Amino acid sequence: MHVPDGFLDAPTSVATGVVAAAGIGLALRGARRELDERTAPMAGLAATFVFAAQMLNFPVGAGTSGHLIGGALVAVLVGPATAVLCMAVVFLVQALLFADGGVTALGTNILVMGLVTVLVGWGVFRLLQLVLPRKLGSVAPAAAVAAVLSVPASALSFVALYAVGGAVSIPLGEFALAMGGVHVLIGLGEAAITALVVGSVLAVRPDLVYGARRVLDRRKLEIRDVEEVRS
Amino acid sequence: MTEQTDRRLPTRVVVLVGIAVALLLAGVVSFYASGSPDGLERVAEEHGLTAAQKEHAAADGPMADYQTRGVDDERISVGLAGIVGSLLVLVVAGGLAYVVRRRDGGASESAESAEQAEQSKALTASDES
Repeated sequence: MHVPDGFLDAPTSVATGVVAAAGIGLALRGARRELDERTAPMAGLAATFVFAAQMLNFPVGAGTSGHLIGGALVAVLVGPATAVLCMAVVFLVQALLFADGGVTALGTNILVMGLVTVLVGWGVFRLLQLVLPRKLGSVAPAAAVAAVLSVPASALSFVALYAVGGAVSIPLGEFALAMGGVHVLIGLGEAAITALVVGSVLAVRPDLVYGARRVLDRRKLEIRDVEEVRS
Repeated sequence: MTEQTDRRLPTRVVVLVGIAVALLLAGVVSFYASGSPDGLERVAEEHGLTAAQKEHAAADGPMADYQTRGVDDERISVGLAGIVGSLLVLVVAGGLAYVVRRRDGGASESAESAEQAEQSKALTASDES
């Protein structure tokens, strides 16, 4: 869903740039809490994977395609703040090197596909973790649901921006419906890929999945209790 | 639990395999990706938005649109663009994460509980003496 130059007017584009920059600023601080020697490599990997996966458009119906956005996936893997940074790097490289997503639209793309997907994805994921059983097996499904919701959320956030500063006057209700609809379908693809990737890492190194910390911390407590009883 | 730390895959392996998968996706599988317009492009077309679209500032770049200039073979052209982009993202994002990371070697929660453990040790030690 890379927004090209010219879809939004200049003031709106500038505003999204400001918001994106603020988001990145906050993310830099938050990422410090999320990243240490052990987990920093995962951030590089996650960003690289997102870049590669975003090249793989899959069909979602007659003459339309979609691709993974990856905000929810990366948030679950490396934490929301780090995820924002990863996504921002991907969009930056795409815009400057590959003319994928306008340069003046960079703020818009970071906001719509980076900030919104991470916030919605991580938010939904955490809410689900509160109600789901505290087991490793709950992590990938929660991530999948977070992913499927993050994509139409992202699309509708663009529609909202368009309502404020769209270049061409169009019927917004129809636009919202069309965008929301197709991006629910794309969200299904996002959910499948997210579940697959998160599940794979969980299977080999659950400690490298940021979203699994809650489960693993509880495990450590349980082990400690058992050891105290034994001794 | 020692059995977990003994038998688990080293981080290095997980990361390298992951990067290899990404490079394979970007370098080979990308050629087979759907060429249809994506959701936004399609909806934009249908609603007459494409007229507003401006030409990209970097449209003349050597890898614009994931096509490597000067490479005729379609597969290699896209594949090369994919690999170059992936490696660039790896270096920039990885480098950023490396610079931002905490150097204490533990998650902030465990750092706090380590502090608490030390504090309670100090308290019990002073009780005994």
